[in-house]
Amino acid sequence: MLEIKNLRVQYGAFAALQDVSLSINDGQVVSIVGANGAGKTTLINTISGLLRPVSGQISFDGKDLLQMEGHNIASMGIAQVPEGRKLFSDMTVYENLLMGSYSKHARPQRQKQLEMVYELFPILKARDKQLARTLSGGEQQMLAIGRAVMMCPRLMMFDEPSLGLAPKIVQSIFEVILRLKAAGLTIMLVEQNVRQSLQISDYAYVLETGRVVIQGSGQEVLANEHTRAAYLGI
Amino acid sequence: MVFSPELLLQALITGVLLGGIFALISVGLSLIWGVMRIVNFAHGEFLMIAMYIAYYLVVKGGWDPYLTILITAPALFLIGILIFQTTIRPILKDPSMNQIMLTVGLSLIMQNLALVFFKADVLTANTTYTRLNFMLGPVVVRGSQLIAFAGSALTAFLLYWFLQKTETGRAIRAASLNRDAATLVGINVRNTYLLAFGIGSASLGVAASLMIPFYYTSPTVGLFFGLIAYVVVVLGGLGSFPGALVAGLIIGLTESVGASLLPGSLARVLTFGIFIVVLLFKPQGIFGGKQK
Repeated sequence: MLEIKNLRVQYGAFAALQDVSLSINDGQVVSIVGANGAGKTTLINTISGLLRPVSGQISFDGKDLLQMEGHNIASMGIAQVPEGRKLFSDMTVYENLLMGSYSKHARPQRQKQLEMVYELFPILKARDKQLARTLSGGEQQMLAIGRAVMMCPRLMMFDEPSLGLAPKIVQSIFEVILRLKAAGLTIMLVEQNVRQSLQISDYAYVLETGRVVIQGSGQEVLANEHTRAAYLGI
Repeated sequence: MVFSPELLLQALITGVLLGGIFALISVGLSLIWGVMRIVNFAHGEFLMIAMYIAYYLVVKGGWDPYLTILITAPALFLIGILIFQTTIRPILKDPSMNQIMLTVGLSLIMQNLALVFFKADVLTANTTYTRLNFMLGPVVVRGSQLIAFAGSALTAFLLYWFLQKTETGRAIRAASLNRDAATLVGINVRNTYLLAFGIGSASLGVAASLMIPFYYTSPTVGLFFGLIAYVVVVLGGLGSFPGALVAGLIIGLTESVGASLLPGSLARVLTFGIFIVVLLFKPQGIFGGKQK
């Protein structure tokens, strides 16, 4: 479904990603593991078209994403739950969700997706007239996920969805990710909660200073000695 | 000057009516700032051009001044997006000093082109509405100003409704709140900028047509209104729609009361006095609570 080959992204002279190749198959959960600054967010933002690579290829269902602009990439069903949520802070919860189904391909499904989001996160329905910035951190994260679900995505990329949240909310967010997987979505997951994300992953890549250093099934990467020492503290 | 309650009442009425027009002119500037964080210092000159269009349609073409909105609004929309595409879009990511230089430069060019084409004469269109005045108790109400106030209120309401309730309006707001997030949900941010600039300019077309029955036109008429719009937008809170409306009324009242209570050249001191006092105590403007 998503095919990345020899991707190189630079901020000025600094290479944030070097020679990164990875692929995600339909219906899989794929984890990207790495320390701060390893290039995880850069990778996600490059796929979304917010950043332009120096070289390499990204294709989605055979279409070259590097020929497309960010808003067109989103309209194809590549959704991002961004780091820091990036909500429309002065819009209501309901309006934020509506924005998720802005694109022409998502708009006809608006009502159906809205029901799905309210079923996943009943609290969002209760708060639908509140401004997004008045929500708690956990609720904001739910809204960010809900907005992405509104896009009728085929690929959903999560960037640190549990960052700064209480353990109980983290659990419910993992449950939602599993439910989305069960509903047939393809998921790319960047999580500081390495053990748990590897446990639910079909495949995983470990990024270090912009390069893929380890890859394998979730279980393999979980069992890898280097991963255990560097990311699980065992 | 002798103070009398009638005089004050007259100033208040005139001030409110004038404030409506100030608000409409400012809403466009506020929208443009809110969406792309650019202060268009040529805003007043856009108004000036629209006033010339309206003036010539009325005086040479025999148009009803209010019908000229059908021309001035679309014309200003087109002029707005043309100038945006050719000059402002290339510098959107540049430091704000460069952007200020550009829009100030635009305003000077437009003023001087107007001098070349229209000469320095001060033109007034004498329309049937110009003499449509009536007494309300001891106060003279100018019909043309009342119509301008109502037209401004209606236009501002329509604009507000558009931004709140339509898909495109919401997209403009979303792009102004978070550019990246807007792209991530499939909004073409570049187009929303273009549209916002066009709409912000088109509102000046409406304002110009509403003003032509009671206000003169000259190459430098934009200087005054540009400055007023800038003061209103900052006072109301940069990018705040309701802020621009309230501040428009405040400045309208201040200008008019100031002109009736203070000797000629001192009148404006009151406007900028209030401006400075508000900014001292609430630097983010009246409605600018959460602006970063």
